Amino acid sequence: MERVVYSDNAATTPISKNVYNAMLPYLTTGYGNPSSLYSLAREEKKAVDQARMYVAECLNCEPDEIIFTSGGSEADNMALKGLLFRKNFPKNKRHIITSAIEHHAILHTCEFLERIGYEVTYIGVDEQGHVKMDELEQAITENTALVSIMAANNEIGTIQDLKAISALCHSKGTLFHTDAVQAVGHMKIDVKDMGIDMLSLSAHKIRGPKGVGALYCRKGVVLEPLIHGGGQERGKRSGTENVAGIVGLGEAMRYAKEHMDDYLPYVASLRDRLIEGVLKIPYTRLTGDPVNRLPGTASFVIECIEGESLVLRLDLAGVATSTGSACSTGSLDPSHVLMAIGLPHEIAHGSLRVTLGEQNTVEDVDYLIEKITYVVKTLRDMSPVWDEKMSGQPMLNLFDK
Amino acid sequence: MEYSEKVMDHFANPRNVGTIEDADAVGEVGNAKCGDIMKMYLKISDDGVITDIKFKTFGCGAAVATSSMATEMVKGKTIQEALQLTNKAVAEALDGLPPVKMHCSVLAEEAIHAAIADYYKRRGLNPEEFMGACDMNCDTCGKH
Ligand SMILES: Cc1ncc(COP(=O)(O)O)c(C=O)c1O
Ligand SMILES: [Zn+2]
Repeated sequence: MERVVYSDNAATTPISKNVYNAMLPYLTTGYGNPSSLYSLAREEKKAVDQARMYVAECLNCEPDEIIFTSGGSEADNMALKGLLFRKNFPKNKRHIITSAIEHHAILHTCEFLERIGYEVTYIGVDEQGHVKMDELEQAITENTALVSIMAANNEIGTIQDLKAISALCHSKGTLFHTDAVQAVGHMKIDVKDMGIDMLSLSAHKIRGPKGVGALYCRKGVVLEPLIHGGGQERGKRSGTENVAGIVGLGEAMRYAKEHMDDYLPYVASLRDRLIEGVLKIPYTRLTGDPVNRLPGTASFVIECIEGESLVLRLDLAGVATSTGSACSTGSLDPSHVLMAIGLPHEIAHGSLRVTLGEQNTVEDVDYLIEKITYVVKTLRDMSPVWDEKMSGQPMLNLFDK
Repeated sequence: MEYSEKVMDHFANPRNVGTIEDADAVGEVGNAKCGDIMKMYLKISDDGVITDIKFKTFGCGAAVATSSMATEMVKGKTIQEALQLTNKAVAEALDGLPPVKMHCSVLAEEAIHAAIADYYKRRGLNPEEFMGACDMNCDTCGKH
C-alpha cells in the first residue's frame, strides 16, 4: 500500500495534537474527582469549568447552559426524552416534529416515543435535502412540544436554514432543538442569533475524543434528567465527570472558535477540488446542496456501480470512505437520507461519501480523485448495467415487480 | 460485519469476469431486494458440459465474490451437476458470509439456473422438463 488517506471525517476524526496535549494530564496525574472537597481535586474541577467556558464561547451561550454528556446520541436523547418526561409537562403536548433525514440518534428515539404513545411527524425534504418549510408550518399544532431538525446532514452535507426554522417554531409557540453534531466546528453557530433552544454536539467529529459531547439547553427550558444519581452537571446529568474527555472537548471547541476562519476556507477548497475531479467521471452527480453544504463533505451518486464494492476497493487502495448503498446498510434499503431526497433505488445503490478535514492535503485530494476514477472504471468494466447503458439497451425491468 | 479472507480474495481478484460473444446460454437476474444484478454467459458442449463461463456483476462485495466462486465451481461440470449448486455451497466455499449478506449469494445460484433455462429454451425445449418446476422466487424462467 503506497499511501493511506483518511477521508471519512464525518464518521469520526483523528484527535489533534492540541487536544491530546490538553487531555494528557487528566489521564495521568490529574485523577481527582471534581466533586471532592480536598485540594487534589481542585484542578479537575477548574478544568471542567474551563472546558464548559470554551464550549459556551464557541456557541455564544452561558456556561451553565452546557450539559456534558457521553456524546451526540445522549445529547439527542436528552433533548427529546428529557423535555417530554419532565414533571408537570403540559398534558396536551405529546407531539414531536422532526425530519426524514435525521441521524438514527433522533429517528430511533422518535420511534421509541411513538411506541409509548407519543405522536411524531416526519417532515420531508427537497432533492437537495432542505426541510420543506410549508410542510413544517402545517405540521406544527398547539400540541407540538418540540421541533428537532438537524443543522447539517451527515450523509449529504446539506446545511438547513436554522434561523428560518427557529423563527417559524417560535412564531407558533414551539421549542426548537437541532442536532448539530456535524455542524459544530464546521460552520459558525451562534445559538442566540439563530434562535436555538437546544443543540447537540459531539467531540469526536471535531478532532476531540469519542464518548463525550454536550447539550446546550437554553436557560428556561427545563429537562428531566435521563441519568439520575449523584447530581453532577447541576443535577441534569449524574455520573462522575469524564474529566479528560470533557477537557478534550473544551480544547477542540476553543480551537474551533479561534481557527475556524482559517481552516474552513481551506477545507472547503479541498472539497471543491475533489468535487470537480470526481464529477469528471461520466454519469456522476453531487448529492445535497451544491453551495450550502458542510465544508468537508463531498457526496456523490455514481451510476452503474454499487457503493459497498466501491468503498471496499477504495479501502484496498488505501482510501477510507463510506456509502449508503442498500448492501452496506445491513437492511435491504439504501440509506433513508438518499431515499428521502428522492433518488431511485438503483441510483442510490452507487452512493459515495468522502469527508475531508483540516489534516487532509491537496495531495490527498488528487490521490482520492485518481483512485476513485480508477476504481469506478474497474467496477463499471464488470457491471452488466454499465454494458446495457453503453449499448443503449433498456435496463431489464428487474425492479418493477 | 466482516468478510472472510476468501471473500476478499474473490472480490479483489474475481475469476472469470467478462462476457462470451458466442455464448450458448445467457442468464441475467436481479435481486429486487437490495438491487444487485448479475449476468452469466455459458459455453456448453454438445455433451452438456460447461466448457467456459463468464460473469458480470453489479453488486456488493458478497455478490461479486459469490459470482466469482460460483463460476469456478461449475466450470467443467455438466449442466446437471451445475443445477445442484446451491448458494449455501458457494457461501461455504468462501468460508462463510455474514448473515445479512446471505441474500446476495442467492443471485449466483439463480444466474446459473437462468442461463441453463435459456440454454434449453434456445433449443426449443421446455426448461421445466429438465430442471423441474421452478420453485425460486426469481427471474430465472420469467414466470413470476
Ligand atoms: C448527525 C449526527 N447526530 C448524532 C450522531 C451521534 O453522535 P455520537 O457518535 O457522539 O453519539 C452523529 C454521529 O455519528 C451524527 O452524525
Ligand atoms: Zn448485495
